[in-house]
Amino acid sequence: MRNLFFIVCATFVIGLAYWAYTENYKTQAALKQVHVLQKQIALEKETIAVLKAEWAYLNRPDRLRDLVDLNFEDLKLIPLAPSHFGDSEMVGYPTTIIDSVTDAVTISGESQP
Amino acid sequence: MIRTPLRPLARVIEAREHGENPDHIEAMERSKRNQVAQHKLRKRAEARLTILGLAFFLGFAAIGGKMVVLALSEPKEPTLIASSSKIYSQRADIIDRNGAVLATNLITTALYAQPHKILNPVAAVEKLIKIFPDIDADKLLKNFTGKRKFIWVRKKISPEQQQLVHDIGEPGLLFGPREMRLYPNGTLAAHILGGTSFGKEDVRAAELIGVAGVEKFFDDRMRDPAQVDNPLQLSIDLTAQATMRRVVEGGMKIMNAKGAAAILMDVHTGEIISMVSLPDFDPNKRPRPLVKGNQSDSPLFNRAAQGVYELGSTFKLFTVAASLDEGLVTEDTMIDTRGPIKWGKFKIRDFHDYGKQLSVMDVIVKSSNIGTARIAQNMGADTQKKYLDALGLFTPTSVELAEAKHIKPLLPPNWSELSTMTVSYGHGIAVTPLHLASAYATLANGGYKVNPTLLKVDGKTAYGPRVLKDATSKTLMRMLRNVVTRGTASFGEVKGYSVGGKTGSADKPKPSGGYYDDKVIATFASVFPTDDPKYVLILTLDEPTIEAAGEVRRTAGWTAVPVVTELITRLAPVLNMRPEVAGSGKVHYTQVKN
Repeated sequence: MRNLFFIVCATFVIGLAYWAYTENYKTQAALKQVHVLQKQIALEKETIAVLKAEWAYLNRPDRLRDLVDLNFEDLKLIPLAPSHFGDSEMVGYPTTIIDSVTDAVTISGESQP
Repeated sequence: MIRTPLRPLARVIEAREHGENPDHIEAMERSKRNQVAQHKLRKRAEARLTILGLAFFLGFAAIGGKMVVLALSEPKEPTLIASSSKIYSQRADIIDRNGAVLATNLITTALYAQPHKILNPVAAVEKLIKIFPDIDADKLLKNFTGKRKFIWVRKKISPEQQQLVHDIGEPGLLFGPREMRLYPNGTLAAHILGGTSFGKEDVRAAELIGVAGVEKFFDDRMRDPAQVDNPLQLSIDLTAQATMRRVVEGGMKIMNAKGAAAILMDVHTGEIISMVSLPDFDPNKRPRPLVKGNQSDSPLFNRAAQGVYELGSTFKLFTVAASLDEGLVTEDTMIDTRGPIKWGKFKIRDFHDYGKQLSVMDVIVKSSNIGTARIAQNMGADTQKKYLDALGLFTPTSVELAEAKHIKPLLPPNWSELSTMTVSYGHGIAVTPLHLASAYATLANGGYKVNPTLLKVDGKTAYGPRVLKDATSKTLMRMLRNVVTRGTASFGEVKGYSVGGKTGSADKPKPSGGYYDDKVIATFASVFPTDDPKYVLILTLDEPTIEAAGEVRRTAGWTAVPVVTELITRLAPVLNMRPEVAGSGKVHYTQVKN
């Protein structure tokens, strides 16, 4: 009985040691992975910063104005002026008035009683 | 301790007498001794066991405690990338009021050389010259063959140039990462942003330090690692700024002016929506300050916030404002305008003769120097000073620009009665256009002090202390409106925006004393719309001249006013302001049913 107890205990300790060993290695692997990911994140952030800067540079008002001037034929854009504001009255709503339906209208399909 | 013998004589004799074996007594005594010794050993062993047990208990308790702490604490990512360099290379972005980028960082490469590692200095220099034609070849060769162990060749190079240098294949030419400051909009807000330069340099990184403008004023905040991801939001509207710069640049050319400054300010919050000073520069390639000559001619000079000018008749409104607010006059009070006023050798004249008298309203509308001087004389120097001080015209402005912090207005050294009269129409006192803008904002917003700011104001407007009565502000706005409808700024009318303003044309002072006859500073200080003021727009032209209606004109009415008209026409729609067309107050909607 005592021997059995010792054997069980020893097996248990060996098992725990093995578990701790594998956990240690898993942790180290995870840390390495984190390191790689952090480097990647830093790189992506740098790329985002570059893209943002490029976007701002491409959208600078001077360039947009030059582009508008270059493409005046197609776009016909001019600077915003006070006369460009309008009233809702100036919006062209449909003017044709649809008469109310008085005549019988044939409807295709079966009708239900 | 008394030692008991193994064979006590008395008991042995007694035992012998009884015929017993005395050896038994010895055995008994011996066993007694053994018992005592055993008891001692046992005690000691027990104590040792307790100590050992305690040690184990403490050990396990420590491990268990640590486990509990670990289980209760928040999981945290182990930070592996510890920055080894002590230089903070990061700098926060700057954005405009709508989030458009005004300044950001870009990673580039710096090229440096370690001459002791260079194999063939002559060939290396030859090849480098081909890539960078502006390098001084002799100096570089001298450096490459000299004793120095480290030389910066180029601070910023492009990826293409880096590849070309790489292709030289010289082991002594090395690259280091470098962060550079990029202002994507170029010259647009040059004077506001200022610029940066490299501070401490290292092979791995370099410090970016603000050298002027907002970049210098907020340098600590921009470099604070805790706030690097939090961009600095300015009150500037990029679209308005672009429009303003374009129009002012065009206007400056048409009016043959050598410089111009313009400020658009929110009258309620003091936010500077747009500020332009021409000529300007590209903050990406910040020019060096002038070595000789007048610094105010340098493109680096911010005419709007740094330049102090005598702004002339625009000051008349302050005189009238003070007088109205004190209850000394009303807009209909008649003022004697017979002139000229003689004061010793000094004479105060008007541009035209306005007859015997004018109402206070007409003194402003026709811009009479004599009338304003009389109003000021009547009011006295103390009242005048009190109001000008309350309007912030005696102290540097609160604007967040490094170079504007110490710009104090120039005041008369001793404030005589003559000073009171000349200051009343803007001579003998020099302030920046920004001072003028904030003072006009106070006149327009109902009389509250305005502190100009370049930072976006979030939430409700916090008004400063009251300087003028609300009724005074309303009267002043009516006067400004009249100046445009029937006065000196008749070119200032913009249909639908109810523009009001005051012109000012001041002769430029000669450096040697006295004034030029043919050089003026022409200013138009405008407010729109006058019935519910939202913005103040100041335009100052330096030495404008234009030939119009058969004469050479220099006055603001002919030069600054038409430019402001164009500015408001272009800016108001950009600022989402709808023109008030007559009759549009009653908009009736037609309901359409289908």
